[in-house]
Amino acid sequence: MSDAVVSGAPQGMSLPKVDTPEAALVGHADDNLVLAHRLGEWISKAPELELDIALGNFALDHLGVARALYQHVGTAEGKTEDEYAMGRTDREFRNILLVEQPNGDFAETIVRQFFVDTYQLQLWPDLAGSDDDVVAGIAAKAFKEAQYHHRFSHGWMLRMAGGTDESRQRVQNALDHLWRFTGEIFEGDAAIYRDGWDGLVDDMLGETGLTKPEDPYQTTGGRVGYHTEHLGYLLTEMQWMQRTYPGLEW
Amino acid sequence: MVTFATHAHEIVARVVDPEIPVLTIEDLGVLRGVDQVGETVVVTITPTYSGCPAMGQIEDDINRALQRNGFTDTRIDVVYQPAWTTEWMSDEARRKLEDFGIAPPTAPSDVRCPKCREGESRLIAQFGSTACKALMVCSVCGDPFDYFKEH
Repeated sequence: MSDAVVSGAPQGMSLPKVDTPEAALVGHADDNLVLAHRLGEWISKAPELELDIALGNFALDHLGVARALYQHVGTAEGKTEDEYAMGRTDREFRNILLVEQPNGDFAETIVRQFFVDTYQLQLWPDLAGSDDDVVAGIAAKAFKEAQYHHRFSHGWMLRMAGGTDESRQRVQNALDHLWRFTGEIFEGDAAIYRDGWDGLVDDMLGETGLTKPEDPYQTTGGRVGYHTEHLGYLLTEMQWMQRTYPGLEW
Repeated sequence: MVTFATHAHEIVARVVDPEIPVLTIEDLGVLRGVDQVGETVVVTITPTYSGCPAMGQIEDDINRALQRNGFTDTRIDVVYQPAWTTEWMSDEARRKLEDFGIAPPTAPSDVRCPKCREGESRLIAQFGSTACKALMVCSVCGDPFDYFKEH
């Protein structure tokens, strides 16, 4: 397993302010769009047909949430959802680094999903209480889906941990590898989600006997546009059509 | 007298789900309202799932049906709250679904085979032919069938 090459901000460098409510919503939309693209990469290649369909379904859910949020923010900003998704460079994306990490093996995909689902189980109920009715509605809907996704990713954590020596080793490797991207989730206002997330992760560790990774250096920067090198490749593929034929419609 | 909005509602209510063509969008609970705002027909719909790929098709079908009937000024609003639930599906819709060969939404333990109508079945795959369905097999007649997941 290769270590991610990190293009984080140099220490002491001041970063642009991104703490407006709109910027936060774009961050959530970007999380869901980028993760949807990664999950979509499994289509036709997942270990089993049912998993292929499951990951494809989850990709659609995440994509739907991203679209709804872009449309909502775009109404105020005078932009279309495509301008957000297809018209921005990597430095303008505000997603957490975790979601842009490559699929790796199936264990890495599941651990990444489990971390995100567990986070979204905290995030969506909170946003469902938003003063903004549209955001509250999107979040209430997304919460139902996050519960469903979490049942799946949690189920696979148990299955892989309790499977063969190899599956257990792979899921442990994935935990160890991706742990460095989890601290970023809880930066700033998102610190309120930490306890809920920790509790569910600890429950999973208790059920599986997997080892909690040491807290290593935590990589960060996604929320202010400093990404790992992987996002650039993802966007190159995702945005190719609009970059080649700007404004193209179906 | 049939009002503008009532007439538009009748037309829109007949639009069918592109993936389950025995059900109309009204049967499914996807259609939330048809109103008149000035000269514009405003249709409000809600997705079954956030990423339901049929929504774009449903919007096109609504616009086409309205335009065919002389309503040229239309707008479609997609709302997310209250979030759609299978409880909104009418009894009529459940009956039509079962006749079509899809077990209607119910607790997984209460699912009955839409072909032989026996109540013993087991899950083959949690993820089926569309996002809203799972694949079951009847323990009595042995036929596999789609089950509309409770949601």
